[in-house]
Amino acid sequence: MIKPHQKHSLWLAALVHRVSGIGLALFLPFHFYVLGLALNDTATLDTFLRWTEHPMLKVAEFGLVLFLALHLFGGLRLLALEFLPWNPAQKTFAALAAALSVFIALLFLLKAI
Amino acid sequence: MISQPLRNNAGQLKVSVWRGDESGGRHVDYDVPGLESQTVLDVVTWIQRHSDPSLSYRFACRVGMCGSCAMTVNGVPRWTCRSHVRDVARSNLLTIEPLRNLPVIKDLACDMSAFFEKWDDAMGRFHPTATRGDDVEPIRPGSIGRREADAGIECINCAVCYSACDVVAYKQDYLGPAALNRAWTLVNDVRDAARGARLRAVASDAGCHSCHSHQSCTTWCPIELNPTASIAGLKRQSALAILTGKISLDDE
Repeated sequence: MIKPHQKHSLWLAALVHRVSGIGLALFLPFHFYVLGLALNDTATLDTFLRWTEHPMLKVAEFGLVLFLALHLFGGLRLLALEFLPWNPAQKTFAALAAALSVFIALLFLLKAI
Repeated sequence: MISQPLRNNAGQLKVSVWRGDESGGRHVDYDVPGLESQTVLDVVTWIQRHSDPSLSYRFACRVGMCGSCAMTVNGVPRWTCRSHVRDVARSNLLTIEPLRNLPVIKDLACDMSAFFEKWDDAMGRFHPTATRGDDVEPIRPGSIGRREADAGIECINCAVCYSACDVVAYKQDYLGPAALNRAWTLVNDVRDAARGARLRAVASDAGCHSCHSHQSCTTWCPIELNPTASIAGLKRQSALAILTGKISLDDE
């Protein structure tokens, strides 16, 4: 539940960064497990890769790429905030990070389908 | 006169005020006449004078100079003397609570002790390099350091930023935006003798590096100061001082 004092764009940007980071952290063990199949169980890996051709999986991958891009650009925004001289255009940077992330994720989806 | 409305054309306000003390409390509803021009502090004062004289709250200047009337209004920390009802009420409803992140003494009055102790913990006191016998040191107003200090120097310690900070809410020893903003003004003051010790103080676990840059402090500061920028400056300067060996955190 977002509280009234948290209802501003930069707090929401921080929330998106945190949620996308948690989502990626949850995904990574599964990702490494699948990569490990290439070494230990290629038949299972091939079955899995065929399964990923399903359209619903492409939509899920869109979400994954969106999370990755949001976390990447959100993180770059925070690094710039903390290590570069202060720039008052913080809300613009957050909006740019979100727009660029959606653009990249949509580009991925269009190529995937 | 607050007690004699000039024009009662704003309808009746439904005001929910938190009543209680450190052991707990609850919201109590009051009906307050709405006025054409009315601050939230006027509403609280009307309740105390006309509905319940036992209501406790704190105010002094009433014109946005002292910062003592800060409360949580509809979930947001504000100076009540500078918050017009027409700007903050939703459908003539107001919820007024004490500031978050501070212990309640009674009703809407908070105990500010921890807030000011953290100001000290961040070495918020000026440590002079000169004595009364020395000439006044010339300071160029346009110098980078002075501009950085001037950007944060007008803080009046109302604790609105402290109340808006989520890090203070879950990390109770965190120094908070106001204390760190004060430290940043002194780090940039060439007349101050304690720069290294201050950077060391704010680089502690409870210091600037705990800030998550949510920027709620900057968003709600009534005088539009930017504690987030000050804290970012402290992060850079303290990290640089540690990397170059000018300060050490080893004996902590």
